Amino acid sequence: MSGEILVVVEHDRGVALETSYQAFGFARTLLTAGVGSSITAVIIGADADALAAEVGAHGAALALCAHHSELSDYAPEAWGDVVAALIADRSPAAVVATGTDRGNEVLAHASALADLPFASNVIAVSAGDGLALTRVRWGGSLLEQARLDAAVFVLSAAAHTFSAESSGADAAVIEVFEPALGATASRTRIVDRVTLAAGVTLTTAAVVVSGGRGVGSADGFAPLIELADLLGGAVGCSRVVTNNGWRPHSDQVGQTGKRIAPELYIACGISGAIQHWVGMMAAKHVLAINTDNEANMVGKAEYAVIGDLHQILPAVSEEIRRRRATA
Amino acid sequence: MSELRILVCVKRVPAPGARITLTADRQSIDSKNLGFATSPHEECAVEGAIQLVEAHGGSATVLTLGAVEADEQLRYAVSVGVNAAVHVTHAGLTDGTDFDAQATARALTSAITSLEAAGGAFDLILFGNESADAGGFQVGVRVARSLGRAIVNGIKHIEISDGIVTARRESADGFEVYQLPLPAVLGVKEGLNLPRYPTLPGRLKSKKVEVLVVEADRANGGLTTLSFDNAAEVVVQTTMLGKGPEAAPAIVDLLEELGLL
Ligand SMILES: Cc1cc2nc3c(=O)[nH]c(=O)nc-3n(C[C@H](O)[C@H](O)[C@H](O)COP(=O)(O)OP(=O)(O)OC[C@H]3O[C@@H](n4cnc5c(N)ncnc54)[C@H](O)[C@@H]3O)c2cc1C
Ligand SMILES: Nc1ncnc2c1ncn2[C@@H]1O[C@H](COP(=O)(O)O)[C@@H](O)[C@H]1O
Repeated sequence: MSGEILVVVEHDRGVALETSYQAFGFARTLLTAGVGSSITAVIIGADADALAAEVGAHGAALALCAHHSELSDYAPEAWGDVVAALIADRSPAAVVATGTDRGNEVLAHASALADLPFASNVIAVSAGDGLALTRVRWGGSLLEQARLDAAVFVLSAAAHTFSAESSGADAAVIEVFEPALGATASRTRIVDRVTLAAGVTLTTAAVVVSGGRGVGSADGFAPLIELADLLGGAVGCSRVVTNNGWRPHSDQVGQTGKRIAPELYIACGISGAIQHWVGMMAAKHVLAINTDNEANMVGKAEYAVIGDLHQILPAVSEEIRRRRATA
Repeated sequence: MSELRILVCVKRVPAPGARITLTADRQSIDSKNLGFATSPHEECAVEGAIQLVEAHGGSATVLTLGAVEADEQLRYAVSVGVNAAVHVTHAGLTDGTDFDAQATARALTSAITSLEAAGGAFDLILFGNESADAGGFQVGVRVARSLGRAIVNGIKHIEISDGIVTARRESADGFEVYQLPLPAVLGVKEGLNLPRYPTLPGRLKSKKVEVLVVEADRANGGLTTLSFDNAAEVVVQTTMLGKGPEAAPAIVDLLEELGLL
């Protein structure tokens, strides 16, 4: 199947993350599978023009920069309109983005407008009759084998699955265009932003000290907070904890919480249900602290300590202070 | 402002625990020994609808497309305070199977259009950000687009005043604010609120409520599920660092070794 693969480049006011470039790794995988013959980057909003200089190295031959006075910040409907118009005008072989909140949202809008199917969070593809693909369900704990039949394949790549590496210093040809936006495109635009967290956050911390039902209460988190502070880390938790109101939902790790990838995840009193595991399985190392040596988390963790977290954690903080004092 | 009419779309999903077991033909999750639940994001959507009706007056309706058993999730929503329930169903739907995203969106849109023709437009329609099982991230967007209404996903806070809904979406370091004119549609996330539990009068009401049952057409889209596989099991050799507080020095040694002290 010849034609372009459009890659929607996710960015926030001109800043792209590593996940944004993973979509190019996915596009190159599609090329290898025989879908499409070239890669075209779609960069929405004049504030992101500088990204056009980056995409050639990721394999794009062409960068399409959409300029419009309504495209001054992220706006899901307007972004979806832009991508749908490109599908109508250019009849690409495929349209892809990384399966982040924004990536999936924009492709949902574009596919709805174009009346095309949309396969989200894909991890593998092979061409044949239609497109054979594997996508993740249940937040990553189950794989679905599916077949996509469509004039244009609309696909998001599961995050952290495809390479964001750039292969060289090739430059893409840059074309600026002014899309025709629907009259209602500006209805869903960011009108304000509020910054709450400063410094280390759950998603950026190198060490996360996380608690589950075994912590027992809101106050029970004191030794977890103490240890996280000593290590310059962050506190996480399971859904049982947020359901009980012991910690805010912004601390929740898992399928319906955050996906994190710290150096070390310390799981205290967490049993290791699949919906929790998918949120922290990208951690480099896992230490489980649990009274039950049969707990799933203990079996899956690289390191484990069996016992009561309320006795173990204060002893760990004490030991750290002792070593620091004598160092 | 006048009273609100709110609709919430929920899906019944199996609630697997530590690992997911598949049926022998790998066509679905083996739910023999599993409970079923409303997708977590949607549980919060139900609670959000109830809170908005408590604050502004009006009524909340819950709607699902699912097998006969999904009646349980509709009645649960009534038991916590939703006023009316609509069950969109199809003879081919069995517990644990579903329509593809396009077919689901078409069936929901058509049901919503009839409900609105009969009872007036919904000021606000709430969806989950994504369903727990299929995780397509699209049904709400497709329905909103078909109805010609604005939608934003990922919402964790909602306020309504003067015909405008102000909604917050979590960002890396705080939140983004969106303002949509009513009628509008939102895809919400868990964390929007803490869902309440049913009361005894609520339970009684849920047993008596008349659920409106609607037959759906099935108009399949272009994505066809063939089979399921378990994600690769993690096989690790767990290193036991010890038992109880006596293991503290070994834990701190590990922190040192990983360069985290
Ligand atoms: C659709 C769906 C989405 C979900 N999304 C998420 C999600 O995003 N995140 C999430 O976390 N869950 C999620 N869940 C819930 C998940 O299935 C589990 O119910 C939950 O993770 C269990 O939390 P827990 O491990 O804290 O509690 P439990 O499973 O009750 O485990 C408590 C553990 O603490 C241990 N313990 C008890 N006392 C002590 C002590 N004093 N010291 C040490 N250990 C002790 C016990 O041995 C046990 O292992 C979801 C569920 C569904 C159905
Ligand atoms: N069968 C269904 N019945 C009612 N609502 C549904 C159904 N499937 C999906 N939805 C709604 O659409 C949202 C997004 O679903 P999905 O596109 O599957 O991730 C869900 O959170 C639900 O609110």
